[in-house]
Amino acid sequence: MNLKISALEFTRQVKSGNLSAEDFIAKTMERIQNIDGNLHAFLSLNDKAVDQARDIDKKIKSGEKVGECFGMPISIKDNICIKDTKTTCASKMLENFIAPYDATVITKLKQQDAIFVGKVNLDEFAMGLSTEFSAYGPSKNPWNTDYVPGGSSGGSAVSVSAFECVTSLGSDTGGSVRNPASFCSTVGYKPTYGLISRYGLISYANSIEQIGPLTRTVEDAAFMLNLITGLDPNDNTTVNNRDEDYLKDINSGIEGKKIGIIKEMIGEGIDPSVLSATKNAISKLEGLGATCEEISLDMVKYSVAAYYTITATEAGSNLARYDNLRYGYDFSVEGFEFNSYIKKARKKLGPEVTRRMILGGFVPSAGHAGKYFLKALKVKNKLTREINDVFKKFDLLISPTVPVLPFKIGEKINDPVALFLIDINTVTANLTGKPAISIPYAISNGLPIGIQLIANSMDDKLLLQAAYALEKTVVLPEVPI
Amino acid sequence: MTKIGLEIHCQLTNLESKLFCSCKANYREFEPNVNICPICMGLPGSLPRLNQKAVEKATMIAMALNCSTPEKIMFFRKNYFYPDLPKNFQITQLNIYGDTSVGGRGTLMVGDKEIRITRIQLEEDPGRLIYEGSSEKNQITLVDYNRAGTPLVEIVTEPDFENPKEVREFLNILSDLLENLGVSDPSLEGAMRADANVSIEGGNKVEIKNIGSFHDLEKAVHFEITRQQSLHSRDIPIIQETRHWDDKRKITISSRSKEEDLDYRYFLEGDIPSIRIADNIKEKLKSEMPESISSKKQRYVSKYNIPPQVADVLSSDKFYSDLFEDAHTVENAKEVANIITTDLMGLVDTREKRESSKLKSSHLKDIANSIQSGKIARNSAKNALYEIIKTGKSLSSVISEMDLGNVSDESELSKIIESVISEENQAVEQAKSNPQTINYLVGKVMQRTKGKADPKLTLDLLKKKIP
Repeated sequence: MNLKISALEFTRQVKSGNLSAEDFIAKTMERIQNIDGNLHAFLSLNDKAVDQARDIDKKIKSGEKVGECFGMPISIKDNICIKDTKTTCASKMLENFIAPYDATVITKLKQQDAIFVGKVNLDEFAMGLSTEFSAYGPSKNPWNTDYVPGGSSGGSAVSVSAFECVTSLGSDTGGSVRNPASFCSTVGYKPTYGLISRYGLISYANSIEQIGPLTRTVEDAAFMLNLITGLDPNDNTTVNNRDEDYLKDINSGIEGKKIGIIKEMIGEGIDPSVLSATKNAISKLEGLGATCEEISLDMVKYSVAAYYTITATEAGSNLARYDNLRYGYDFSVEGFEFNSYIKKARKKLGPEVTRRMILGGFVPSAGHAGKYFLKALKVKNKLTREINDVFKKFDLLISPTVPVLPFKIGEKINDPVALFLIDINTVTANLTGKPAISIPYAISNGLPIGIQLIANSMDDKLLLQAAYALEKTVVLPEVPI
Repeated sequence: MTKIGLEIHCQLTNLESKLFCSCKANYREFEPNVNICPICMGLPGSLPRLNQKAVEKATMIAMALNCSTPEKIMFFRKNYFYPDLPKNFQITQLNIYGDTSVGGRGTLMVGDKEIRITRIQLEEDPGRLIYEGSSEKNQITLVDYNRAGTPLVEIVTEPDFENPKEVREFLNILSDLLENLGVSDPSLEGAMRADANVSIEGGNKVEIKNIGSFHDLEKAVHFEITRQQSLHSRDIPIIQETRHWDDKRKITISSRSKEEDLDYRYFLEGDIPSIRIADNIKEKLKSEMPESISSKKQRYVSKYNIPPQVADVLSSDKFYSDLFEDAHTVENAKEVANIITTDLMGLVDTREKRESSKLKSSHLKDIANSIQSGKIARNSAKNALYEIIKTGKSLSSVISEMDLGNVSDESELSKIIESVISEENQAVEQAKSNPQTINYLVGKVMQRTKGKADPKLTLDLLKKKIP
């Protein structure tokens, strides 16, 4: 059985009766059992997945109405709540947290007969870009298991690229979908802020993060967006997209489109192979009838500093609720004065989360806010004005998703600043709320390179059309696993 | 000069649901930790879902207090750790990055004095801590989250009060106003709470917290002024600090916690986008606002000729003014007002009595009309009122059951009058020369009939019989 088919292919085949959902899910679970001990994409598995698939096969046979997913196996980043399922955020703090409700995206996918094969690994509370900060150990890159898969949605990217599922949902706060997609050679898409409900996504930096799909193809990303987008009364920040069909006309091409090459994202520190892949992509786009021109976003040079200041501030607040009083790990409150209890309870948080908690306590505090937090907000506003100005003249922007190749596990874990700088190309889309996508573009010395396209807010359809056009120009080797 | 400023917290008790979820705003009827959901418990992944009705009610309060209301309002996070705060931050409003709270710069008149309102903000109430155990050693703290997320409006005044009496008058007027607006029931336990800032000439500002009732607030302010004056007279500096009101000992004590040093790290609540309150919405809210107390009072005086003192009492209490509005006609208005202020107010003077009362406005209307038409005497009316409050029966059945109806049958009354005349020879003689004496005889007839004789008919018959 071919587990390597795309989501659209899977649904077509099951719908037409050529493929049994039960068989596919059973084989998928078998593959996970066989290879995940090595890759460590999954934190927990759904032991009812095969039964659920059998029910879907029955429904198809009896001619009942079946949802658009037809029993498609999906993995879910473990910071998205599935009712009655452990949702750990890869933290010891939520080791025993069983979500009492479904995230809106989960409700929508359940209605479409998706099957959640399991919850996948991430950096603790989605803070990191390698999954090395998972409290349950790192995931490994299927292209070379000595290397990191990127992050924070590392488990999502690994599970898709190693055919442990067909698609995955991750979350993207500063590149957390696109970065691992680039490192593992999958599509990773962060929609316009507000297109997908965040209800049930455990907040890290709520003002800039979005749930996003990791898929094999751009078409699959559009298919997933169709299923999970929409206004949600449970998330006041969702926007109305007027029932746009993102799959329709995806092959419209990009003839006549103007594409800006972001100068600041191909500058100093970029790996030569990443630069040459980017140049190659630009010439391909030109070959398809687009015009490409270098542009400058001056504020990009401050974007990472602004990003970490803002995310630390929001994280400091969002994670304050993990005081281990209402849920958490086994640690008794008896006999403690409240503040000393909190201090002690929070010792369970890992090093990266702790680092950002401390930062988040400092940068917005009285006497320091002006120098850090408020300044970061200024950068964010200025960057947004800059990019909006650019979009007056350009339809799309292009850059490599990550300026460097995947690195070895352990190589940078003790150098947080070096890790921070890897985010330089991805944080702009989050700070400005713009949609961005990473598509697999090249393999250099056995390691994947992704190309990023960015569009203006609510231009997600155009973004997917462009990504589709570029995707069609590349043929990549298969993952060696 | 003594300066006192207030921070009043008023729950929007009349709303159906909490500020960010669909749990009940009326948390009082539940067992602990039942009126909760993932949102108000701040469970991982939950997001606040703003109750638009709360924004409307808070805006109404702002307008009723003559505040300017911005076109756009925003919410902020106030970050601090406390066991009653499920998220360990409170969603509230702030004006330091522009005027974005529901209201600002308002006024409220207290007699002839204008009290300035600094701002009005909408926020969530935390849960409740309940302390149990007799001594320090075995004391335990229990947390009840039923209240967490209840819509709360904070009203901050300028330090415009000079003495505790002004504070009390202001609070009375304010709580009447909020009740009249239909946004809150101030008589509910914990529905209205206040902190005070007190400073005297030459001293620093002292904040008093933890004051359970308005009654205690006046006491706390009084105590604090006295404390500060006594320090000042002995040249001991008055330090800027937060003090807690000790309810048992009725004194303020310095907070051991470093609350004043807390840094709340305020920043914008990204989960709630800014809310536009357009002019047409404000107009609509204005048109939905009930008539103000002062306008009611004026109307009662000018239209119905009700004495100003009576109109004042009647208009300031929503329970009574609602009854009046429903029961009165142009003809009986004065009588209805009279029944409410002289009889009813004494009979339903507590919340419990009001709630168990079976009196309807139609009863009041019947009573007033019956008095005016001479069917029942005022004295008897009060007895009937008492019975109706208890039983809810109609006035006519109460009159017949209790035999309260006026004796207005001419032949029956004539018999009684004849007997009075025969017994009161001396008075009858005097009455012939001094018409005032006839009132004495009316009184005697009333005594005989236990006040039920139709006064007008009695007088007419007496005059006829004593030429």
